[in-house]
Amino acid sequence: MAEVIKRSKPMSVNPLKASSSLGASLAFLGMRRAIPMLHGSQGCTAFGKVFFVRHFREPIPLQTTAMDHVSTVMNSDENVIDGLATICEKNHPDLIGLPTTGLSETQGTDILRLVREFRATHPQFDSISIVPVNTPDYVGSLESGFALAVTAIIDTLVAATNHVGRRHRQVNILANASLTPGDIETIKEWCEAFGLRPVMLPDLGDSLDGHLIEADNTPLTLGGAPREEISSMGESIATLVIGASLDAAADLLRARTHVPDYRFDHLMGLDACDRFTMTLSEISGVAVPARLERQRAQLQDAMVDAHFMTGFLRVAVAGEPDLLAGMDALLHGCGAELVAAATPINSRVLAGLSCRQVHLGDLQDLERAALAEKAQLVIGSAHAAQGAERLHIPLLRAGFPIYDRLGCHSRPWVGYRAARTALFDIANLVLEHHHDTLAHRSFFWTGGPREREVSLTAS
Amino acid sequence: MKVSEIIALQNEPACSHNKEEKSGCARPKPGATAGGCVFDGAQIALLPIADVAHIVHGPIGCAGSSWDNRGAASSGPALYRTGMTTDLTEQDVIMGRSEKRLLHAIKQAIDEFSPAAVFVYTTCVTAVIGDDVAAVCKAAENLWGVPVVPVDSAGFYGSKNLGNRIAGETMIKHVIGTREPELARQIPGIRVHDVNLIGEYNIAGDFWNVAPLFDELGLRILGRLSGDARFRDVQCMHRAEVSMVVCAKALLNVARKLDEKWGVPFFEGSFYGIADTSQALRDIARLINDPDLTLRTEALIAREEARAHASLESWRERLRGKRVLLYTGGVKSWSIVSALQDLGMDVVATGTKKSTAEDKARIRELMGPDARMIDNGTAAALLSAYKELRADILIAGGRNLYTALKARIPFLDINQEREFGYAGYLGMQELARQLALSMESPVWEAVRRPAPWANTKVIGLPLTAHEDSGAPDVRNGRTQESEVRYG
Repeated sequence: MAEVIKRSKPMSVNPLKASSSLGASLAFLGMRRAIPMLHGSQGCTAFGKVFFVRHFREPIPLQTTAMDHVSTVMNSDENVIDGLATICEKNHPDLIGLPTTGLSETQGTDILRLVREFRATHPQFDSISIVPVNTPDYVGSLESGFALAVTAIIDTLVAATNHVGRRHRQVNILANASLTPGDIETIKEWCEAFGLRPVMLPDLGDSLDGHLIEADNTPLTLGGAPREEISSMGESIATLVIGASLDAAADLLRARTHVPDYRFDHLMGLDACDRFTMTLSEISGVAVPARLERQRAQLQDAMVDAHFMTGFLRVAVAGEPDLLAGMDALLHGCGAELVAAATPINSRVLAGLSCRQVHLGDLQDLERAALAEKAQLVIGSAHAAQGAERLHIPLLRAGFPIYDRLGCHSRPWVGYRAARTALFDIANLVLEHHHDTLAHRSFFWTGGPREREVSLTAS
Repeated sequence: MKVSEIIALQNEPACSHNKEEKSGCARPKPGATAGGCVFDGAQIALLPIADVAHIVHGPIGCAGSSWDNRGAASSGPALYRTGMTTDLTEQDVIMGRSEKRLLHAIKQAIDEFSPAAVFVYTTCVTAVIGDDVAAVCKAAENLWGVPVVPVDSAGFYGSKNLGNRIAGETMIKHVIGTREPELARQIPGIRVHDVNLIGEYNIAGDFWNVAPLFDELGLRILGRLSGDARFRDVQCMHRAEVSMVVCAKALLNVARKLDEKWGVPFFEGSFYGIADTSQALRDIARLINDPDLTLRTEALIAREEARAHASLESWRERLRGKRVLLYTGGVKSWSIVSALQDLGMDVVATGTKKSTAEDKARIRELMGPDARMIDNGTAAALLSAYKELRADILIAGGRNLYTALKARIPFLDINQEREFGYAGYLGMQELARQLALSMESPVWEAVRRPAPWANTKVIGLPLTAHEDSGAPDVRNGRTQESEVRYG
């Protein structure tokens, strides 16, 4: 049972938080032929673009309503209408995501009204979906903004229906912000192993996994969840919700479609994987395939092998709440201890963490807690590297942003196989940083032949 | 910031852009705008001052996605890499608590990090709600005795370029001229001179390729904006004998005012390429006007050029005749052209979006009267120029990196986020190496090759990467325009 420590400092030092506007953009990047346009000044978009480009090492479609000093003071309604018209005309996307920012929200923009106005004045673009979402950056973080966008996509694309099970092998997956493209691929394969056809919302596994496409370039996302599939979510047999941050989105989807849902806070570690596997088996009526049995046995074998290194290992983790919950389960399951935790926003999962305290704060809070608790390993984004270096302990990279390693953006964490890889990585980091006992050089050797020996351990 | 002040800043008499219509004044087009804001520009210009606590006053959007994201290197303190922001909450914004939070934040920064100074960056939200950041800074300075500098840099004021200029103006107003320099360490038999570097950010330690030459010539770099700078250096920039403006029109206002107020002459130069590096050193000697320095400079140039040319010989063999499509802004467009020509490469086109008439004249001089200039920097335009001109490599800013890679073409990153230093005589070798590394890589052939089964008639889309006609149009993936109205 963790105690949630609220922010008490006037200033955040080495922020852990990324804005909710960025989170919303990320969710839209998981839609096919889509482009998000942030309603704010051009810098909001430029920074966001660099943030995602460096993390995913992919071109990122992201536009801006480009508020300047005139539209900031007078009003910026025109910017939204013009921006939407420009994108519709130039790029003909399937979907435009329209998150707000701190600037436009402080100004008091009514983004829903602006979309209605655009619809009234530009009927020629009726076939293009527009999804507005209120995401001022002074509320929430990447995870909550992402969740708001998922809710807004459901609100815009999923009609109120009562056709549960019309597509009798189709299941809906609501995927939270901390799931990587690799995680999404894993979840799809997991479902397919039971003969189910997953509809992902959103599908970052298809858009930002990093793959070359036929065309030389596109101004839109180069993959992602097709709009038509999202519209058919009401015909699925079940919805699987991954992440507590998506509670509200799941509630809305269920209320709209009456599709029964099954909720999972995360899919990390043996227990969570087992629960998910059992659920898939029940929904599909298919017995657990041998392939999964084998993967499970491999994870168990890895747990046994790694427990010498992971047992009692003191770990500090920084990340969004859903990632934190998953990491905690993974660590707890192999005998490691979560001794320090920091997260940007509150969530219902925090109280359930196994550590004593969790800080709603920044990487400075994590560093201090890690030092006080004598942590031996840090799990966090590339931004945590500076702190880990000061603490002289290794860093396992997870979360946003990771710009100093290749491949981390698509690394899977969920499922039996990924849990096994994660355990190996943790164990290997421990082995690499193992400190041998310092050799004792006796004072009786002074003046004797052993005094002049070259020491192997002293450096 | 008042509109009149913004307009005043856009009028820069020392800038050759100034005579023309100013694109900075045109409103950015919603839905079709790229590039950073004023806050972005201000940070680029000032963040490399390494011993300053840089506090971003606003909600998380501004600092959260931008802290510690540039490659400016420091030889000492790393305080500038510590992200600091007031990270405003909804309550702060609505209840007007943000000024109070800022004051306490400054205190926190001073207590925890003992910075040489504190810079406070105003952002969009704090400008809109009317925080008096200047007053808070003044109060903090009086309370705790550490210089606290307000940088009025709300993003909506305009472009990154204007942000650079606001940053420069802030230094002139609050920092430069607030301290006298220590006497320089003397070198026997040599008269030591003081110089400023403006617009040099020491990206990836770029400048350290050149810095030893300054030491050797007895040139002390008194102040810099802002690569590997310290607050104390910037304070005494007014005592230099010459300022060099390195590839950055945006900070010309600093150089001009140093000249007007304190009589420090300036020139524009570059450290890209052998010829330009030599020219820069010559210009410094010329403006300082010390015959002995001139002699020593010429000797050093002769030695370094010979050494550089010798070490580049083998690279020249490999790069000769290779066709380069260059897309980069302003001054860099000609300074890099000459660097590439030094290597025997053929620059088939260059971007001139941010170049002045003077820059363009210089490009014609270098590339001949028919030099192809590209104004439109969209991904599609660049790629079609690349194909049409049968280029071998695209050299551009990081923004176009993944555009190039997705289109399976060799690329060299020339802007801020790059990981290698190309400046000076030594940097040319690295530049040559990186060019060859990308162009000669076996991966291009591999990724252009269709799968062996591409032409067999199986279900699914065959991969026909290099047949333009065969490449499926992404738009064809869509079913006919449906009547259904979505959202």
